[in-house]
Amino acid sequence: MKKIIISVLFSLLPGLVYAEDISVEPASIEPVSTEQISTTEISAEQQGFEIMQEMDARDMGWGDMNTDMQMILKNKNGDEHIRSLRLKTLEMQGDGDKSLSIFDTPRDVKGTAFLSFTHALEADEQWLYLPALKRVKRISSSNKSGPFLGSQFAFEDLTSFELKKYKYNYLRDEVVDGVDSFVVELFPQYEHSGYTRNVVWVDKERYIPLKVDYYDRKNALLKTQKFIDYKQYLEQYWRADKSEMQNHLTGKSTILLWQGYVFRTGLTERNFDKNTLKRSR
Amino acid sequence: MVIKAAYNRRQTIRYRVVSAVVLCLLLARPLYAWELTGYVGIEDLAFIERPLDSRQHMNYVSGVIEAELYHEWDNGSQVFAFVPYFRGAQYDSNRTHFDIRELTWVKAAESWELRLGIREVFWGVTEAVHLVNIINQRDMVENIDGEDKLGQPMINFAFIQDWGTVDLFILPGFREMPFTGVDGRPRPRPPIDGNDAVYDKNGFARQVAYAIRWSHSIGDWDIGLSNFYGTSRDPVILVETDSTGQMLRLIPYYQNINQTGLDLQATIDSWLLKLEAIVRVNETSTDFATVAGVEYTFFNIADTGLDIGLLAEYLYDSRGVFAPTSFQNDFFTGIRFALNDVQDTQLLAGVIVDSESYAQFYNIEASRRFFDNFRLEVEARFFNGAQPNEPAYAFRNDSHFRFELSYHF
Repeated sequence: MKKIIISVLFSLLPGLVYAEDISVEPASIEPVSTEQISTTEISAEQQGFEIMQEMDARDMGWGDMNTDMQMILKNKNGDEHIRSLRLKTLEMQGDGDKSLSIFDTPRDVKGTAFLSFTHALEADEQWLYLPALKRVKRISSSNKSGPFLGSQFAFEDLTSFELKKYKYNYLRDEVVDGVDSFVVELFPQYEHSGYTRNVVWVDKERYIPLKVDYYDRKNALLKTQKFIDYKQYLEQYWRADKSEMQNHLTGKSTILLWQGYVFRTGLTERNFDKNTLKRSR
Repeated sequence: MVIKAAYNRRQTIRYRVVSAVVLCLLLARPLYAWELTGYVGIEDLAFIERPLDSRQHMNYVSGVIEAELYHEWDNGSQVFAFVPYFRGAQYDSNRTHFDIRELTWVKAAESWELRLGIREVFWGVTEAVHLVNIINQRDMVENIDGEDKLGQPMINFAFIQDWGTVDLFILPGFREMPFTGVDGRPRPRPPIDGNDAVYDKNGFARQVAYAIRWSHSIGDWDIGLSNFYGTSRDPVILVETDSTGQMLRLIPYYQNINQTGLDLQATIDSWLLKLEAIVRVNETSTDFATVAGVEYTFFNIADTGLDIGLLAEYLYDSRGVFAPTSFQNDFFTGIRFALNDVQDTQLLAGVIVDSESYAQFYNIEASRRFFDNFRLEVEARFFNGAQPNEPAYAFRNDSHFRFELSYHF
């Protein structure tokens, strides 16, 4: 019986590379391999894990990506401030993505660039380039919960999704905005998170997040994020054109608009080193 | 009639030329994007105490403009940048100055980069002083913090490998440090006479300098090891006296040096551990200087977005009072506030205390954005408790505020 379940599990995995992720997730595998659980009923933890694993698996292999991002910061009075940046991302096999963000506006920080090597559980590596001083500064990546550019997005909301970052719990099925979805709880396992848990609505058909509720350290609902206008690229990968983050505590919100997604442009790790960071403008 | 026909024809030709140019620009634009950015600003320097010299003033106004023309092509692997800079200052003609901060072409390949032209290079990790940073001359008329640099002509070849980056520099053209003029502040009394600089090699500057640097990131560690050979950017200040011992004037003295530098930072959790050290050999002596310190940041305090960073650094220089900086055996402590708000409000307050004389130098820098395109910077610099035998004594009456409002385009 054990063997069957494990072989079924492995047949779900898209590639060998992925086996590395699974091997360090003993907590999620153990419940399945114990004798008490039958093939028909799996624990909510396992079910949640499998949903997110499928989501992660379907979004693998895009290689590298360029996009322009605009942030619209809104306060309660409706005042708006716009930030624009360019984003380059390199998918890393068996590790978190590498990304380079270059700020275009506000003009006083034009040319400031942010280089980040994300990791699942170890601390991310981050460097900031300050164009006025021509200085590259290695910065602490402990700032997970702080606001990114004064927006309602925390640093941790914008880093790449890695399976190992969370423990999971499947809650229920639910229809959200007319789309049949799984509802899964995510419990951050990395240090310095500002959340006790995130609740994610995952589209059952496309396996993409539609909505996320973020619960603060006191387990009170803090923010809700919605992903809007998904488009498919390279006949596989779904990317939203728009995302909205509403803070329920302050009434402030931030809209992210992505434009001009280009995939597989031939970026290499060399495009994500300190030399490139210094050249970026 | 004849005249009119000719006129019409010229109109037609002009129209054709214009439309051809417009068409070219339209076609060329996505491939060859030229970008013009920069800022214009107005600055006020307000001094608290009366000047030591009657030729100096209590308040100085100036205007500044810096533009950047930037062009990137070949899929981002070739870059051209031109950054002219101008400050027009009241009273002090030395401070009214033009400089080309950058005029450069860069070609990047997978395992190397070639950077040619006038550029600025920063090396180092610490906050109170930048010992290792030696490529560019400091623009001391711009701001006494020395963070502003004069553009340096260079040929820089970077060799990029898995084991780090090796940068080779040939630096033709030595640039002297600019000094505040007789009417300007802050300055020592008598003022430093930059026009009569002296050199240790045959009485003139060695024009070409050479440098090499290896830098790498290994896990939590960022490391740089460098060597510089050429005319020192920091002059020693010589005092010229008459037969009665009365100070006549101060003149800068540039030595030929070989400087080896190390900069190291460990980034562990919310801690930054920093070290810079140099060994400098000139004709007459071998000197050692170091700065070592820590920075700890409390991030997102009480979920308000506020970060508070605490900084502490120890500064040592074997050159004592002859050191080009006034920090020989001193402690720096500072606190940094970042509100991480929409206006990007920041404040850094620090004090350097001499461990022997307890002379203090206070420095407060704050900045905030307004209306998306404006930025206001406020700096406060206070000198206190310096003894007559210390270099900082020269600035005892020069505590001041600096305000700069800039518009960014």
